[in-house]
Amino acid sequence: MTSYMFDFDGQSLQARPSGALFWPARRWLIVADLHLGKSERIARRGGALLPPYEVQATLDRLQAEIAATDPACVVSLGDGFDDDAARAALSDAVRERIWVMAQGREWLWISGNHDPAPVGAGLPGETHPEWRDLLTLRHEAGAGPDVSGHYHPCIRLAGERRRCFLIGSDHLILPAFGAYTGGLIAQDPALTRLVPDGLAVACASRAMAVPLQRSDAQPSRGRRNPAGRRF
Amino acid sequence: MTLPASFRDWFARQGWQPHPHQVDLLNAQGDGLLIAPTGGGKTLAGFLPSLVDLSRGPYRGMHTLYVSPLKALTADIARNLARPVADLRLNIRIEDRTGDTRPAQRARQRVDPPDILLTTPESLALMLSYEQAPAIFGGLKRVVLDELHALAESKRGDQLMLGLARLRTLAPDLTVTGLSATVEDPRSLAAFMGGARVINADPGPDPDIAMLPTARPAPWAGGGGHYAIPEVLAQIKAANTTIIFINTRAQAELFFQALWAANDENLPIGLHHGSLAREARQRVEAAMAAGQLRAVVATGSLDLGIDWGAVDLVIQVGAPKNVKRLVQRIGRANHRYNAPSRARIVPANRFEVIECVAALQAVAERDLDGDPRGPGPLDVLCQHMLLTACAGPFDADHLFHEVCGAGPYRGLSRADFDACLDFAATGGYALRAYDRWQRLMQRDGLWRLRDPRAARDLRMNVGTIVEAEMLKVRLRGRGGAPLGEVEEAFAASLEPGDSFLIGGQTVRYEGLREMVVEVTKQPTKQPKIAVFSGVKMATSTQLSHRVQALIGDPARHDILPDTTRDWLDLQARISALPRDGVLVSESFPHMGRWHFALYGFAGRNALQTLGLLMTRTMEDAGLGPLGFLSTDYALLIWSLDPVTDPAPLLDRDALRDGLGDWLAGNAVMKRSFRSAATIAGLIQRNLPGQRKSGRQATFSSDILYDTLRRYDPGHLLLRITADEARRGLVDFDRIEDMLNHSPQHDHRMLDRVTPLAAPLLLEVGRVPIAGQGRERLAEEEAAALMAEAGLA
Repeated sequence: MTSYMFDFDGQSLQARPSGALFWPARRWLIVADLHLGKSERIARRGGALLPPYEVQATLDRLQAEIAATDPACVVSLGDGFDDDAARAALSDAVRERIWVMAQGREWLWISGNHDPAPVGAGLPGETHPEWRDLLTLRHEAGAGPDVSGHYHPCIRLAGERRRCFLIGSDHLILPAFGAYTGGLIAQDPALTRLVPDGLAVACASRAMAVPLQRSDAQPSRGRRNPAGRRF
Repeated sequence: MTLPASFRDWFARQGWQPHPHQVDLLNAQGDGLLIAPTGGGKTLAGFLPSLVDLSRGPYRGMHTLYVSPLKALTADIARNLARPVADLRLNIRIEDRTGDTRPAQRARQRVDPPDILLTTPESLALMLSYEQAPAIFGGLKRVVLDELHALAESKRGDQLMLGLARLRTLAPDLTVTGLSATVEDPRSLAAFMGGARVINADPGPDPDIAMLPTARPAPWAGGGGHYAIPEVLAQIKAANTTIIFINTRAQAELFFQALWAANDENLPIGLHHGSLAREARQRVEAAMAAGQLRAVVATGSLDLGIDWGAVDLVIQVGAPKNVKRLVQRIGRANHRYNAPSRARIVPANRFEVIECVAALQAVAERDLDGDPRGPGPLDVLCQHMLLTACAGPFDADHLFHEVCGAGPYRGLSRADFDACLDFAATGGYALRAYDRWQRLMQRDGLWRLRDPRAARDLRMNVGTIVEAEMLKVRLRGRGGAPLGEVEEAFAASLEPGDSFLIGGQTVRYEGLREMVVEVTKQPTKQPKIAVFSGVKMATSTQLSHRVQALIGDPARHDILPDTTRDWLDLQARISALPRDGVLVSESFPHMGRWHFALYGFAGRNALQTLGLLMTRTMEDAGLGPLGFLSTDYALLIWSLDPVTDPAPLLDRDALRDGLGDWLAGNAVMKRSFRSAATIAGLIQRNLPGQRKSGRQATFSSDILYDTLRRYDPGHLLLRITADEARRGLVDFDRIEDMLNHSPQHDHRMLDRVTPLAAPLLLEVGRVPIAGQGRERLAEEEAAALMAEAGLA
């Protein structure tokens, strides 16, 4: 197993190397910040014409996760779409694909700051501003304990930036799952405020847990990556 | 055009005689390319026809446009021209226009251009993107392109030539003059500027150039040249002003420090390289101009620039790598025309001794080197199309015709042109996703911006210089002094407590704060790290061939120093000498590992690529490669099992396949992609002030590269990236050249280290091979961190 198992808010959870969170007790698959339609939105606003494959790339990865975990419910933890118009602009083929992925399971869309409106009839599932159950699921961390996304956390490991989960006592913050998403470094004040200490679980070939370090108090490390400096 | 009496008098009053090439250029009809050594009055020659023309009466609009690669040069020219203009009482307005020019001045120049405008290729591209471009440049009579040899070496030159083609359309009577230092092939440079008559100035007397004799012989390996510090210091004392050229910034830092440690008389010596803060560089330049420095330790950052008449000695530390550049550097000493330049060379190690001897021979024979220019790059063309659309609607056929008039694009196919236009208009994707949001669209047969507001963003992205992401280095504390910049990748490898050299001082890394590397002074400690992961220049093809031929011809070994001759004799007895036409390799055990040395003489970049490709084949063959190392001359691979036959590892088709699939995912390729994508306008440069807002919204260009490779492998930008891999960092063309140049293999199995291989074992810069390299390193680091935190 390449996932990292841990307990949060009394629940046993798995941080998957893809950046998805699996909740075995319920068989829920939770992904944050898909940002589907991001390249379309950038083009619409007169920006760059980025390779228009990010919806395909993101759904390819999500489909692989669904195939691997066979979840009872898929949760998009907010910012599933880069904006409401981007959702409206999704092609029929993409909608069809999401319908197929949702077959035989529930789908829950948590609203995010990018996609506040309900998904409507064109897509499977229901939209909720947040979900309170054994776990509280919302887009942006609030009064903990809660599970959220929004910040796209990442850390540096052996000289490379990697997306990561942040696991603190009050907040569990998921990495962005979407293909075209940047990251906010875990040492940023916006994140250290929410998760001052705890673990970061980096998305690599397996989920790698490392202790969170404050940028101003990094312990000295014995190793470094000689290859990382060459290029 | 003849020289008017007033000009002849002015020359006479200065005690000058016009140089023959200055008169030649004045009389020339049509476009000309003047090749002259430094100090030959090149710039005045370039401006003389304009000054004479303008002396006949006032001119409406811009008469002459001068383009130089350096902002500093435009300011210098403005000062130098001021004198004849004042003396001759000419009523001429001369202004410069660079990135530093104030907005108010720029706006005025658009409405009321000066008689002579001094600018850079980027500022010219920007001006051509204004709607007023036809009015600004419509009456232009002359264009002067300074330091054309330097511009032609990069994409800045391609962009400039596209701009020039545009100017020729706007002002059909234009006369263009190129000014260049000595180059190996003036005719190809003339073709680069779209065709011109070559005017060769008298090259002047042969330079006084030799190896610097030293008490100690050069060491076996390394690149520092510190063994020669006493002799270099003695040379500085004996000369008026010395420039010491060193190949890399890190070596410049270390040499500067070593020089200071031995500088008992406290001679004023400065340091100048591209990673230093601009303020620090300007201080050194000003001190140099004022004659306050006896020497300056510099990298290529001083290859161009303002002439310092007082410099009378150039010392090159380390292999010259390139004969043409060596000659141009030598030319920086003694800027008096018809006085020989003085230069001394200090090889840094035994291999470089041979290279220096070979280079001196090439200088004596005036046999310059240079790689032929490839065709005009398509990413630059994409940018040009977008900027052309900013100026106004264009017709595709007309633009194609115009672009083909630019030297680098004379062979451009219509299919490539159309592919670029498709990219600029729609993104050029197989999935036609952006029909509604095209950047350019065709209306009434003309291509134009869909949204005119996009012009602002496109103009902000002008230029072809794509820097590695650099981070500023500052002393910790309020208002800490800026020291310079380091690459982001280098900063990421630092840990608190690490020390490194920058600006001649040792500093301690404290941390990263808001994208600034914070350091404290640490004068006593030895720096652990002195690596800037900059691009390392490879030895030129021609010089490498000379070195290979010299090593392989014992009859010519008498021109080598004794120690070098003995070394090569021993190699010939124990193994074999690399020689012209023969690729020599050796397998031998050392410290419990098999080593494979290949004397490829293909330059460090190509040999590094070859190392990556060969170790992969060795891994497949089960030889258990553990690591490799590349220099300009040789590749050394260590493995569990020996290489007994190198031929299958050097199979041309297999190497090409490796380049196609495996290397395509390499970080070097991603870097080429980022540069092409930025120039072509797919991604925006990081603009100042943007980075602070955090990276949450932005993402790495690597993601775009991986996405395109997976979903749209035929995309134009991937084609451009693969083309670039033939040169530069990947340098695959040199691997092919090596295989062509040395078709014969001579492989020796030996029982111990050979004389030629021994120095390689001492070199630094080993690349470890791990099947799952980066992942494994990350795992080790994660495990170590967990253990340290008591969590594992």
